[in-house]
This record gives sequence, C-alpha cells and structure tokens, in this order.
Amino acid sequence: MTTMTSGTVATSRGEARRVRRRRLGPLGVLSHMALLVWTVLVVVPILWTFLASVKSEDEIFGDAWSLPATLHWDNFARAWEQAHIGQYTLNSVIVVSFGTIGTMLLGSMAAYVLARYPFRGNRAFYLLFVSGLAFPVYLALTPLFFVVQNMGNVPVLGPFIGLNTHAGLVLVYIAYSMPFTVFFLAAFFRTLPTAVGEAAMVDGASHTRVFFQIMLPMARPGIVSVTIFNVLGQWNQYQLPLVLLQERDKWVLTQGIADISTAAGYDQDWSALFAALTLAILPMLVVYTIFQRQIQAGLTAGALK
Amino acid sequence: MLFQRYRRGLFITAFLAAPVTLYLVYVISPYIQAFYIAMTDWRGVTAAPRFVGFENFSRLFSDGIFWQAVRHNAALLVLLPLLTIVIALFFAFLLNVGGGTGGLQGISGSKLYRVIFFFPQVLAVAVVAVLFQQVFRPDGSGMLNGPLMALGVKPIGFLSDPDIAFWSVLGVMVWQAVGFYVVLFSAGLASIPRDMFEAAQIDGAGRGSLFFRITLPLLWDTVQVAWVYLGILALDVFAIVWVMTDQHGGPDFSTTVMAAEIYRNAFSYFRFGYASALGVMMFFFTVGFAIISLRLSRRERIEY
Repeated sequence: MTTMTSGTVATSRGEARRVRRRRLGPLGVLSHMALLVWTVLVVVPILWTFLASVKSEDEIFGDAWSLPATLHWDNFARAWEQAHIGQYTLNSVIVVSFGTIGTMLLGSMAAYVLARYPFRGNRAFYLLFVSGLAFPVYLALTPLFFVVQNMGNVPVLGPFIGLNTHAGLVLVYIAYSMPFTVFFLAAFFRTLPTAVGEAAMVDGASHTRVFFQIMLPMARPGIVSVTIFNVLGQWNQYQLPLVLLQERDKWVLTQGIADISTAAGYDQDWSALFAALTLAILPMLVVYTIFQRQIQAGLTAGALK
Repeated sequence: MLFQRYRRGLFITAFLAAPVTLYLVYVISPYIQAFYIAMTDWRGVTAAPRFVGFENFSRLFSDGIFWQAVRHNAALLVLLPLLTIVIALFFAFLLNVGGGTGGLQGISGSKLYRVIFFFPQVLAVAVVAVLFQQVFRPDGSGMLNGPLMALGVKPIGFLSDPDIAFWSVLGVMVWQAVGFYVVLFSAGLASIPRDMFEAAQIDGAGRGSLFFRITLPLLWDTVQVAWVYLGILALDVFAIVWVMTDQHGGPDFSTTVMAAEIYRNAFSYFRFGYASALGVMMFFFTVGFAIISLRLSRRERIEY
C-alpha cells in the first residue's frame, strides 16, 4: 500500500518535471547559442593576438587569419629587450608590490581605528576618506603633478619621491587607494566580535598588539578581497604613471604597451607589438585561472556592500 | 586610568598619522588647489599665476570641442549601462535560473562560462585598447576586416571613420564590462531563495515571466548599484579613448571625452588653468550624477 502511494507520487513528480522541461526545452539550445556567441567574442580577439605574436612582419600585414609559416619566437626576444617589456614589467612589479603593501598596512590601520575607537572627529576623518570615492581623479591631475614635483625639493628625501621616481608613484598609489580600502575594511572591522580583543587587553596586550596579532588575522577574508582589488587596480593603472613618470626607463607596463602602438610610425615593429601584448596578457591569464574564485569575489565585493 | 586614556590617544594618533598625512598631501590638497587654479591663467612657465576669475569658465562655454566631449560622455552614460546591464542580466539569468534541463539550476557548464566572461575585466584598459586597435585595423590584416573583405564587403573604418569610431569605443567598453556584471548579478541571484522560482514555475510561469516577474524585481537593488558603477565608468573613461583611437580622441574629435580634453589641455598645451576649469566642470557633472542616482534609487526594498 505504502509503496504504491510513493510510486504514484514519484511518477507524478517525474511527469511534472517533464512538463516543465517541455515548456523550457527548445529555448535551451538558443541559450547555449547566445552564451557561445559571447564566449567567441571574448576568446577570439585574445587568441588571435597570441597567434599574431609568432607571425613574421609580412604575415601580420597579410591576411589576418593566415597561419604562420614558421613560429617566430624571436618576436618575444625583441619585445622583451628592444621594446623594454622586461624592464617595464619589473618596474610594474616593484611599484605594485610596495604600493599594495603600503596601502594594506596604512589602510587597515586607519580603518581599524575609525571603526573601533570612538573619539571626537572620528566621523569627520571617515567621511574625509570616503568622500574620495566620489571625486573624478582628473580634477586633481594638474595640481597633483606639481605636488609631486614639489616633493622633489624636500630636503634629503626629495630625490626619491619627486617626479619620475617609483617611490613617488608608490606614495600616490597608496593615497589614491585609501578611500576604497578604508571604506571597505572599516565596514569589515565593525562586523568582527569585540570580546576577543577585550580579553587580550585585560591580559595586558597593548592596542598595537591587539591589532596586529588578533584583529588583523580575524579580518583575513576582508583583507584578501581588498588586496586583490588593489593589486589589480594598481597593476592596471595608466593615468597616474602617464602624468608622473615621463622618463622611459621608469615606465610601468601599461605605459610601455600603450607607447608601442601610439609611437610615431617610424620603423614600427608590429610583430614585437603582438608579442608584447601577449607578454602582458598571458601572466594575467595564468594568475586569473589559478585564483579566479578569489579574484571574482575580491572585485565584486565592493559592489555588494 | 589616566595613563590608559593617554595610551589610547597615543595609539589613535600613531595609527592615523601616516594615512591621513598622505591622503591630505596627495588627494585632498590637489582637489582644493584645482578649484583655485581653475580661476588663473597659469601655463606653468610664469612664476606667479594671474587670477582671472571666471574667464576660463566663460571661454569654456564656447569651446565646441569640450562640449563635443561632454556629449560623448553623456551618450556613454546612457548607452554603456543600458547595453551592459541588459546583456549581463540576460546571461546571468541563463546561467543561474533559465537552464534547459528542469530549469532552475542554470545551464550546464555555467561555471566555465562565468570564468571566461569575467576575464576581460582583469586586463588593463590600456592593454585592451592596444589589442582592439589591432582587431579594428582598417585593411585585410584586421581581425574583423580580414574576413569581411574575403566576403567581398567593403572594409569598415572602425577607428578611422568618424561616424563609426564612437561605436567602436562603446563596443569595447561593453566587451570588457559585461563579465563583471554577470558575476555580480549571479551573486545577487544566488541570494534569492530557490522556492520563489519553484513556486512560480509550479504556478505555470515560463521563462519570460520568471525573468520579468521574479528575477528582475528581486535583483533591482543590484541593478541600481550596477547602474551607478557603470555611470561613473562612463563619466571617467580615459585610457580606452586615449590609447585606442586615432589622434587621442579622433578622428576629428569624434570620440573625445572630458578626461581626454583635460589631459590634452594640461599636458599637451600646458594650459593648466583652463584644464583645471574643465576638471571643475567634470567634478560637477560627476557629483550631479551621484545626487540624481541617489535620489532615484530611493525605493522600497523587497524583503525576503
């Protein structure tokens, strides 16, 4: 008796599912088509660039979709050496490493104090930082150029933080990364429980120690998201280095890539351009493939707050 | 007790000193200076900039190129969010809800699609700009014009035809942005309880009603966030125009935007005062957009 009833229920469920499937059915094919079209739109330009990076100059100016007769790996050597992609990549790594470490250290310190220590003026400082989210950076561009130029005249430190210095750019990156970092981390610190820190204080730990040894480890998920956000943001930055770094050997990768294509047409090395593009895209592809979950979460975290 | 309070004060000061100093020097002070420089005729060579009041602003109102730039930003402000959100919502729906088999779990392979769609977001705008410069080449060596010419169609001047170049810029921006919003909307969809969709389906809702009656209203908050983000992206666009288009915003200023004109005036013509005045205009456009979108977005939230 019981088995029979359950059998009927099962069949009617299956029946309902079939009805549902029929209703949605033929569109399934069309959905896949739409998704495939967009996949092609995303993947093909990138693969085409990779393909062109091993073509000879003549092949690049010939039919766009011809396959290379031989693989010209020397394009990569020329891009790395003569187009200085190696140097620019190194510069980017240096600037972004220090920029992100500095941003995370100073940003988390400010966010923690503003989130956890009520004092007169707390709200004002918080709003000062967060207001930076709304301003277009282009308004500050001209004065910023002169601020950094004047920094070059500061005694002792000047030569290291003026125009055309990596340390100068690092400081600017840190400052311009503050609004989002403080905004996001302050919100995160507010959600953490207070009891653990208080217990440690009772046991005699200093404020500084509580921050570095208890609160920072507890805030790890938030720290990871914002770090990813800042690394990508600073790595991809083009506007600020364009204004602040005018000497070629100081340039970061984005400037180098943009320059190969905008430089006046004399003696253009197009195959090296494609190799340079590939050298800029491939590492991102590898890093993205490994960390795609964290990267997607890190970049969208801000929008979901 | 007093010692405790002293230590607390010292800690707060020590932790805030460096970030606040950096922020004041490199962010706040340039913004404030910009408003003053906008009222001078500073060209960088004269030691003392001369105060000219609102002269820069009155000149700006008859500057045809600047208003052309503003029109382009305005067009992007409408079109970029519209196209990106429509495409991203459609894909997010297919990937999460509208799957062919039994509905609701999303299409098979949805994870892979999401990973691929998101990738352009990770690339630097400058790199994307150079990449599409090659894709859009005007002759048979261009990725798009090559096949077109093989089919006997006349090549399209994606970047060289003033009537088309703007649409190429818009297309590349949409290309790069869609994946981010697919992921964003997917996260939003994941937080909507499954029962809602199931109940609607049992009541006989098809794909269309599932989308327009359930998905869209429940995602409305996320869509608004997306609209604001994309709006700011449209007002702030610089690198894609500066690097990809002919003559930095050409041909014949047909793709130029506010940010490009500010940069051009400041660092190609060395008109610092005038460039700052353009910056002030851009500031007010951005703040205006922020205020309008805040007012419009005040709507009752759906609790679930």
